[in-house]
Amino acid sequence: MPEQQPWEDPSGAISGTGAGGATDLAMEEGGSLEKSPGPDGTGPAGKPRSLWSDAWRDLRRNPVFIISALIILFLVVISIWPSLIADRDPLSCDLGKAQEGSQPGHPFGFDGQGCDVYTRTVYGARTSVTVGVCATLGVSLLGGVLGGLAGFFGGVWDAVLSRITDVFFGIPVVLGGLVFLSVVTSSTVWPVIGFIVLLGWPQIARIARGSVITAKQNDYVQAARALGASNTRMMLRHITPNAVAPVIVVATIALGTYISLEATLSFLGVGLKPPAVSWGIDISAASQYIRNAPHMLLWPAGALAITVLAFIMLGDAVRDALDPKLR
Amino acid sequence: MLLEVRDLHVEFHTREGVAKAVNGVNYSVDAGETLAVLGESGSGKSVTAQAIMGILDMPPGKISGGEIVFKDRDLLKLRTEERRRIRGQEMAMIFQDALSSLNPVLSVGEQLGEMFVVHRGMSRSDAKVKAIELMDRVRIPAARERVGNFPHQFSGGMRQRIMIAMALALEPDLIIADEPTTALDVTVQAQVMDLLAELQRELNMGLILITHDLGVVADVADKIAVMYAGRIVETSPVHDIYRAPAHPYTKGLLRSIPRLDQKGQELYAIKGLPPNLLHIPPGCAFHPRCPMAQPVCRTDVPPLYTVDENRRSACHFWKETLDAR
Amino acid sequence: MHADETGRGGGGSLLQAGAPGAAYAEGEPILQVRGLVKHYPLTQGILFKKQVGAVKAVDGVDFDLSAGETLGIVGESGCGKSTVARMLVHLEPVTGGSIRYKGEDITKLSGRALKAVRRNIQMVFQDPYTSLNPRMTVGDIIGEPYEIHPEVAPRGSRRKRVQDLLDVVGLNPEYINRYPHQFSGGQRQRIGIARGLALNPEIIVADEPVSALDVSVQAQVVNLLDRLQAEFDLSFVFIAHDLSIVRHISDRVGVMYLGRIVEIGTDQEIYDHPTHPYTQALLSAVPVPDPTARDHRERIILHGDVPSPANIPSGCRFRTRCWKAQERCALEVPLLAVPAVFRDTSTPARHDSACHFAEEKRVVPPEGLLETPEPADAPPEEDDRDDRGGPA
Repeated sequence: MPEQQPWEDPSGAISGTGAGGATDLAMEEGGSLEKSPGPDGTGPAGKPRSLWSDAWRDLRRNPVFIISALIILFLVVISIWPSLIADRDPLSCDLGKAQEGSQPGHPFGFDGQGCDVYTRTVYGARTSVTVGVCATLGVSLLGGVLGGLAGFFGGVWDAVLSRITDVFFGIPVVLGGLVFLSVVTSSTVWPVIGFIVLLGWPQIARIARGSVITAKQNDYVQAARALGASNTRMMLRHITPNAVAPVIVVATIALGTYISLEATLSFLGVGLKPPAVSWGIDISAASQYIRNAPHMLLWPAGALAITVLAFIMLGDAVRDALDPKLR
Repeated sequence: MLLEVRDLHVEFHTREGVAKAVNGVNYSVDAGETLAVLGESGSGKSVTAQAIMGILDMPPGKISGGEIVFKDRDLLKLRTEERRRIRGQEMAMIFQDALSSLNPVLSVGEQLGEMFVVHRGMSRSDAKVKAIELMDRVRIPAARERVGNFPHQFSGGMRQRIMIAMALALEPDLIIADEPTTALDVTVQAQVMDLLAELQRELNMGLILITHDLGVVADVADKIAVMYAGRIVETSPVHDIYRAPAHPYTKGLLRSIPRLDQKGQELYAIKGLPPNLLHIPPGCAFHPRCPMAQPVCRTDVPPLYTVDENRRSACHFWKETLDAR
Repeated sequence: MHADETGRGGGGSLLQAGAPGAAYAEGEPILQVRGLVKHYPLTQGILFKKQVGAVKAVDGVDFDLSAGETLGIVGESGCGKSTVARMLVHLEPVTGGSIRYKGEDITKLSGRALKAVRRNIQMVFQDPYTSLNPRMTVGDIIGEPYEIHPEVAPRGSRRKRVQDLLDVVGLNPEYINRYPHQFSGGQRQRIGIARGLALNPEIIVADEPVSALDVSVQAQVVNLLDRLQAEFDLSFVFIAHDLSIVRHISDRVGVMYLGRIVEIGTDQEIYDHPTHPYTQALLSAVPVPDPTARDHRERIILHGDVPSPANIPSGCRFRTRCWKAQERCALEVPLLAVPAVFRDTSTPARHDSACHFAEEKRVVPPEGLLETPEPADAPPEEDDRDDRGGPA
């Protein structure tokens, strides 16, 4: 045969197992049809791709991902350098201008204390992003490690962890927040983050436990065991990379809900407390003036909604990319 | 002719391109006849069956051409409602995986009876009597006691019998069995296959048996259609094809299976892999794997040559293939 | 062909270091399995678990495996054959009995000693889609054994070894950086086989290695296993439900039913001279790819289902489905030994069979009765590689 033909390439993985129906054939195997590098370079050019890079390729083409990622990028940038787009001090207020509407230099108007709503909304992003990111990191680490270990070792570990998570699931979040945070006087974000981590980790622990158990049953883990691999190697090399995707997805979506939880707690007066700047505090303050000055509510509430939505959309897009079977 | 498939084409539109799953399939089956459709995964044998039954997922699937004539009607021209009425009443299907084809939360009695309630308007109690009758007919022991059991309470072989009972409930004219015994153990396989063959004879139904197992085919089929890359490569009465295959693919398959009655040396292996349906080779789709391939095979799609009155082969060199034995 | 580089030549002395050796003499079976048992307890209660019974997945299995031999184990689903495989490679702790590798019982080993034995007993899995880690490249998958057992190959030589292994199993060595999902089922199974060979094991346990593959690809993989056995002087335990493939590849065959071996012997003894009724029923049920056999084949149709392994019948466990069963079968457990009737004969029926009423019955038509299409052209192609585009 003079040269390599595209139909002779090694990756025509259309030959599935058994007599799978046409749909599997088209839907699942379809993914691997196109990856067809010729063995000696004359076939379609292709470089090896991992599932992660496949997922990234999918994400780049997904408009939902692009939009939500841009929003999140913007939020992160302004929460690190709010002065980039807002040069005033969010705490310097002029009571004389209270409740005034939009005017030059103050596009969003003023709130009940005469503070600039635009500046406060920009600075509020920092609180929300900090709470969201830190709480998610804490929850993922704590929940991921505990859940993963429980799933891997099973037995007593697992039984104890399952009971503990049941107990935590029984605690109503807002009520818990009212009780737990009302005794805290600090005006920093840390008590709120601590509270979210405390109540949030069981959710991630369950997901991590489940996906570790699923990954553990795969033959490649058994194959590693048969080779004499240690528990550490099996966990780090084989289980974690294959179990981490659902945790990432759930954590991304949870990040959005943690931001709204912070706002809710601040609204109720137990989360952040003035002089801290938070969308929740501003929404709470604005709710008294909703008839006279709706703009005070509109901007922080809108920013909150867009932020939460962006994270949830991002989580959705990541899930689609990591788990094509759900499509 | 009970059923005739004429020049059927089915495509799947995937993100990677158009996969041509079925590319001009012709076959027919008569009442009381068993046609075995033989092929590997991706050969299009199941897709053709789904197109006949009207259960193809569309999209991503698309029937891009051809006719399916069943009792003198072209099924592809019927309205959805009419096709739905044909399913179950006039043609039925048996699937490979009985456990996932049965509803786990309904008792088998209810599922069997359902057919009579929906299609025949029977009362629940009459339908239950019918269900027990059917279970007896497929020789499920203690049918009366087990009619209220749920699918998971039956063994694999018994579940496949229940599937057969459901398919036979309304005494259809055509049964399509898609790998009906692949998931079963050999001893159970034999029981189920015998039962199916017996009921088919009794009811004078047409049976399309879709399988990859050359052994099962030899046991029950009257004629065989061998599929490769969405095309029929050979059709023949069952005796002829085993004695003297007229297509190199069929020949390779027959030679590559190990034998129960001899130890044998190295197995003959068809080289290469089944084709990628997104890039089906031009000319004869089998040419990259064919030991007899000539330049013409790379360029010209072989038509179905007439070997004799009952046999067709899609090989430019069918004569040489026959003679070379 | 590459035996010198990747074969036992390189790691020979190291292998000896890990092998127990003391009681092992040349010519003795490399693996001796005696009274192997696996019971899964059935418990009741949540906090205070009380054992109420056991699923007897494997219930007293004995066999020997000689060096360089292939032992086939056949049986229907649920007979315990896969559990035996998993116990042989220490993936499942044993409930009772012994597995002696070169004279030493390996069932109780742990830590360093276990790791050493593992190097010599490797497994090939059934499902090529779940047995390869999708996040690792082929090179990492086949090279992992060297990371776990770094003494087998110095770091610098590993890449070369992996490429040699790819070549040995018929894949292009340049595929080393590809991921499993870029390969078809047959090619993945080759990767799994290469991983099994990496440590130069002496024994390979293959659990249904071809049953997930397409018919035309099965033959390629079976030929590959055959070739590797000769090339690397491997001993195989080949577990499958497909009796034809088992006959093709095995020197000896054991037939399992409900957790026990009921008959064991050479392939000819089992296939042409079976004496246990279950073996006879099993063989007679296999569809033969020859329509002319339809009419003059006797089929033994077994009635009923396999009993639950949690509730095994007394006496002979096959008696509930056996057409020969008598009172004695319910009372007395038949031993796996040469049946009394054949003890003084020299026929091939003289082999181990656990039946009180053993009787020879030929159910597979003698060789040559069935026609096979003769090779059309050249003899079977020697090259069983499935992926080279053209000549190298």
